[in-house]
Amino acid sequence: MPTQEQNQKFIVPIGPQHPALKEPGHFEFTVDGEIVTAASVRLGYVHRGIEKGTEDRTWTQNVYLLERICGICSHVHVTAYVVAVEQLAKVQAPPRAEAIRTIVAELERIHSHMLWLGVAAHEGGFDSLFMYSWRDRETVMDILETISGNRVHYSANILGGVKFDIDDQKRDFILKGLEFLEERTNHYMKIVTTDETFLGRTRNIGTMTKEQAIELGAVGPTARASGVTIDIRDSAPYSAYKTFPVNVITDETGDLLARFVVRIKELLESYRLIREILDHMPEGELAARIPRRIPAGETIHRVEAPRGELFYYVKSGGGDKPERIKVRTPSLCNWSSVINFAVGHKLADMPMILAGIDPCFSCNDRLIKIRRANQSQVWTWEDLRLHGIEYYR
Amino acid sequence: MDMAVKTPSSPMQKVMDGLRAWARINSPWVIHYNSGSCNGCDIEILATLTPRYDLERFGVKLQGSPRHADVLIATGPVTRQSRERLLRIYEQMPDPKFVVAVGSCGLSGGVFHGCYNIVGSIDEVLPVSAYIPGCPPRPEAIIQGVVALLQSLKPQ
Ligand code: SF4
Repeated sequence: MPTQEQNQKFIVPIGPQHPALKEPGHFEFTVDGEIVTAASVRLGYVHRGIEKGTEDRTWTQNVYLLERICGICSHVHVTAYVVAVEQLAKVQAPPRAEAIRTIVAELERIHSHMLWLGVAAHEGGFDSLFMYSWRDRETVMDILETISGNRVHYSANILGGVKFDIDDQKRDFILKGLEFLEERTNHYMKIVTTDETFLGRTRNIGTMTKEQAIELGAVGPTARASGVTIDIRDSAPYSAYKTFPVNVITDETGDLLARFVVRIKELLESYRLIREILDHMPEGELAARIPRRIPAGETIHRVEAPRGELFYYVKSGGGDKPERIKVRTPSLCNWSSVINFAVGHKLADMPMILAGIDPCFSCNDRLIKIRRANQSQVWTWEDLRLHGIEYYR
Repeated sequence: MDMAVKTPSSPMQKVMDGLRAWARINSPWVIHYNSGSCNGCDIEILATLTPRYDLERFGVKLQGSPRHADVLIATGPVTRQSRERLLRIYEQMPDPKFVVAVGSCGLSGGVFHGCYNIVGSIDEVLPVSAYIPGCPPRPEAIIQGVVALLQSLKPQ
């Protein structure tokens, strides 16, 4: 006999401060017993107003501001920005600079994927894998520190080129590190695909078909694990990817296991690519001169961040500051997919399913204002500040 | 912050105070909250807990619940939306409690200074006991900051 209680929904709120993820996001899972019947996410805790902030800073200052959109994929953000600005200024970065940009981008992918491997394993309770992968990740952090001088925000890019060179000594250091990492990565591949307890928690969990992935607009490794061949490095090559093509890695199954496998295979692909570029390093300058005032115009640039397609729109009014910069980040695109395929799984699987898309909040918290048809509105800095104060009062 | 317990002093009380301080210094439980950072600081905090740096050798344990925590490690500038949360977490922590601000953003707003949705640095919202500068600070710096905080708690 259905009582009133049985008809009522039971909602489990998680966040914004929660032990599972290191960043604030609020989730609500409606559960029926153990099974999740609906999921929703509330974002925005780390919205800082960076896009508007760029309009107040010069082209060069923005390199440092945009790098700090995300601490994990900082280099790709700046790459997308500087290439767009170079397009506007009609300046071409020298080939050696492009090669170094690409090497740093691939090193960043390695550090990001290893970080993710650890965090995702931790969500599933496999803490030794977490500790091991983070211990090995220190190798790539050492490489990044050796070539750039910083562990997280490497500031490799400047407008028109790069800041530092990779000489023979650094090259040998990178190659030595990659050798160690490759051996460890093969070991992880073995664990992830053969360990019974691990498979029990990843196989057929959070499955997304190819059609769903396309329909929900998934990007990056999340989409590639469902068999969608989408990789900007391959479909719209930029920088050194034009001369050194990548092999796009996909998997057909689309479950959590496939997401692990795709990312681990991408690690191996990154090692190969870095070695190839290091073997064929173009000679020449590190940077081209770029004017302080960028000619008026607008442009876009797309790059492949560790989490998927990253899109930049840059508009210049001809001054020393940009007129508008719009950033479309991969994490935001992936949320709708995870909210959909989370339904029907056990509550205990949620942390791992959420971690499966490699969520990152710092880049996806936006202010959204719905505009009525035929009515345009320009927001000034002061309007936005007042809106923020009013909104969170 | 004042560690003295406001009760009439008796020999027994002294012993208990000593014991409490000893326990607190040797096993602080920390909680971490990101109030608007770029997560560069957060991954470095996580890195301090992993085998290369191993903050746990100082007895530090990362905790999920504010109600069990002694130390709040806060990163990033405070955004308008997370201000409430940050305060709520702080209020849920039992006394005595300490706040460690990590990263240039937490200290001053850093590169985001002046963005419209930023309230400001962490010490504009909470009393901060230790500041760790850097963007992001190296794991060694974070360890040094936490250890310096623990040292300062030793009874004179
Ligand atoms: S101090 Fe630097 S690394 Fe830390 S949150 Fe701020 S911008 Fe990110």
